[in-house]
Amino acid sequence: MDMLDTLMLSRIQFAANISFHILFPTITIALGWVLVFFKLRYARTGDPVWMDAYFFWVKIFAVTFALGVVSGITMSFQFGTNWSGFMERVGNIAGPLLAYEIVTAFFLEAVFLGIMLFGFRRVPGWAHTGATLLVAIGTTLSAFWILVLNSWMHTPAGFELRDGVAHVTSWWEVIFNPSMPYRLVHMLLASGLTVAFVLAGVSAIRWMMGDRSQAVRKTFRTGTVMGALLIPLQIYAGDLHGLNTLEHQPAKVAAMEGNWQTGSHVPLLLFALPDEAARENRFELGIPSGASLILQHSREGVVPGLDDFVSEDGRIEHPPVAPVFWSFRVMVGTGMAMLALSWATVFLMRRGRSMDSLPRPVLWAFVPMAFSGWLATLAGWYTTEIGRQPWLVQGVLTTREAISNVPPTLVLSTLLAYLAVYALLLVAYLGLILYLARRAALGATAPDAPALGRPVNDPVQTIERRTA
Amino acid sequence: MSFIPGDPTITLPVIFAALMGLSILIYVVLDGFDLGVGILTPLATDAQKDRMVASIGPFWDANETWLVMAVGLLLVAFPVAHGAILTALYLPVALMLIGLILRGVAFEFRAKVPAPKKALWNRAFFGGSLLTALSQGYMLGFYIMGLDHSWSAHVFAMLTGFALTAGFAFLGACWLILKTEGGLQGQAILWARRTLWAVAAGLGAVSLATPLVSARIWDRWFSVPEFFVLAPLPLLSFALVAGLWGILRTRQVADDGFAWLPFAGASLLYILAFTGLAYSFYPFVVPDKVTIYDAAAAPESLFIILIGVLIVLPVIAGYSALSYYIFRGKARDLRYD
Repeated sequence: MDMLDTLMLSRIQFAANISFHILFPTITIALGWVLVFFKLRYARTGDPVWMDAYFFWVKIFAVTFALGVVSGITMSFQFGTNWSGFMERVGNIAGPLLAYEIVTAFFLEAVFLGIMLFGFRRVPGWAHTGATLLVAIGTTLSAFWILVLNSWMHTPAGFELRDGVAHVTSWWEVIFNPSMPYRLVHMLLASGLTVAFVLAGVSAIRWMMGDRSQAVRKTFRTGTVMGALLIPLQIYAGDLHGLNTLEHQPAKVAAMEGNWQTGSHVPLLLFALPDEAARENRFELGIPSGASLILQHSREGVVPGLDDFVSEDGRIEHPPVAPVFWSFRVMVGTGMAMLALSWATVFLMRRGRSMDSLPRPVLWAFVPMAFSGWLATLAGWYTTEIGRQPWLVQGVLTTREAISNVPPTLVLSTLLAYLAVYALLLVAYLGLILYLARRAALGATAPDAPALGRPVNDPVQTIERRTA
Repeated sequence: MSFIPGDPTITLPVIFAALMGLSILIYVVLDGFDLGVGILTPLATDAQKDRMVASIGPFWDANETWLVMAVGLLLVAFPVAHGAILTALYLPVALMLIGLILRGVAFEFRAKVPAPKKALWNRAFFGGSLLTALSQGYMLGFYIMGLDHSWSAHVFAMLTGFALTAGFAFLGACWLILKTEGGLQGQAILWARRTLWAVAAGLGAVSLATPLVSARIWDRWFSVPEFFVLAPLPLLSFALVAGLWGILRTRQVADDGFAWLPFAGASLLYILAFTGLAYSFYPFVVPDKVTIYDAAAAPESLFIILIGVLIVLPVIAGYSALSYYIFRGKARDLRYD
């Protein structure tokens, strides 16, 4: 019983940690590239508006990056404090992947972030753009390595077990494990969509505050066009990822579809209350044969059922159904809302029509949708991670086997402390973004100070700060 | 693995222990100075606080990455020890993480929030730095005492907590002597003088405690000929403390030609102390319980990491040096544009 408590509490603690953490990299991965885009647009057009956009968003990047770093450090320690079994059993695979993330990505982004943020007057313009580019590459590389490891936990390959410990037989197979390409693309697109809607959402807020500057208009357009372009790609990538999951983790797909018995003509459920005790759904509402069509491209297509994943002695070897079923629907639903809003807006703004022509409700809709990327990303991760239970590494190591023997009271106390800190920081973060938006909208950006440091003659650096 | 001499199950753990030790040492010196600056902020005026933060702003993130590197190497090279050590240090690790979180974000928030909230984030910056230093010192002491839950171990760990905090404050003050000028630099000289005695006391306490706790460590230091071979280590440390004391009392330390001396001396002191500790504990990674050879990951995995580290480490050193070069000289206001 004690171990169960420690297990549940440790799972909640890690889930809280990683949920809080992912909010920030989800933004910085793509925002780094958007900053590079702003700098390149400025270099190409010479229009100082692009630098206004850059200087506004680089502040948000800096805060977001800091939150990502500190919440990420927490996790590298929790592997040891709460999940010592993980490294003891699969450390030979997880270790090198994490090590490569540290040496190829963390140092790169940390060092060049300093130059990107504070070096604008100290290095030539091309070097500053280069530093920004290296930070963007660093965040993306970091995503690559951690998604390789995460994918390996879902679809382990390229190893053999000796005395219960995983040993690598092929690094190629470890890195390019079956679900890696799908998961990586899915996550990078998720980051792009999150940033698209954050750009558009914050610009909409500034617009509501009366900010009619070119920087707001350009950022809003960048966000909506980015969203409209990425969302169909994401739907396609998500579908491919789902088919990949069907092949390698059928129990997860069964839970996502809320399907109890294997069979053909399985409906696509729009609503249901999965009842784990009775092993059936209540209040089902679905599209006939929809799931069969999506997963097998035919009405007769066979969709795996949860009942296949109960052992003969009654042990349940599939994930908890309701959380997976519902997280999946939240993710897909949010994606549909993204599709509707971004396409409608791009349509309304066609042929160079400006933000002024947008109906107010459309602009207002972008405010809550600033959170749509976070919501969909979290829901997607809950789907895939809860969907892997009871395994930590699919078919190799159960979550229960990996737990450290720490007294539950101790885990509970640190969990409460983390939750309090995270709640505080989230409020402070959102408050700060609103404050920065309001300050920009009021045109009260930092007053121009005399040039510090050595004289600069690069055009990028000598531009005047325009107050919108 | 042909270029690894000898038996890889012996050579690789030694190489990785050295890499981990190097990372810890670099971390302690680098994050030590920026944590120290954070610990000193309540003693400064608001304008001085801005300048102090400006002196560490471009560096702190990369400095902290060395902690991730050190813990990462422990995690990947000695997975068994990683679990054992971090489970034993559960609470101080959690406190340190909360401290690191607070100070890391306070850097950003204090510079961007409206003026009335800045004082709050300044306090978070100080509190986070202090909590981090105290927890790290506590962990150091508890590790030295063999991760053993006895009263004496906890008391000793608290003492090292205070000693390391003072040690970081000393390092931070020396950094400020190097990176600032005028009134703040004068203050920093005073701070360095006042914290130096605590550093000396801490070094003395650890040097006395380690051989007394472990008979093995006693034998390593107090047998012939080791005693004479090792004698330069404590003697040099003693001479350094005396030298630093002497330098900090002179006027010339404020001159740009000599402003680097206290920080260089302080760094050397940390290197000596660390060498002594490393010598005491080698080859154990969990004190007197698990050796690096027993805790090491499989040679194939260590080898693949080693290749990456050997290629990338010089690159990291290169661009870190570039960053310190770009932000060389006295600290100026931090601004994005």
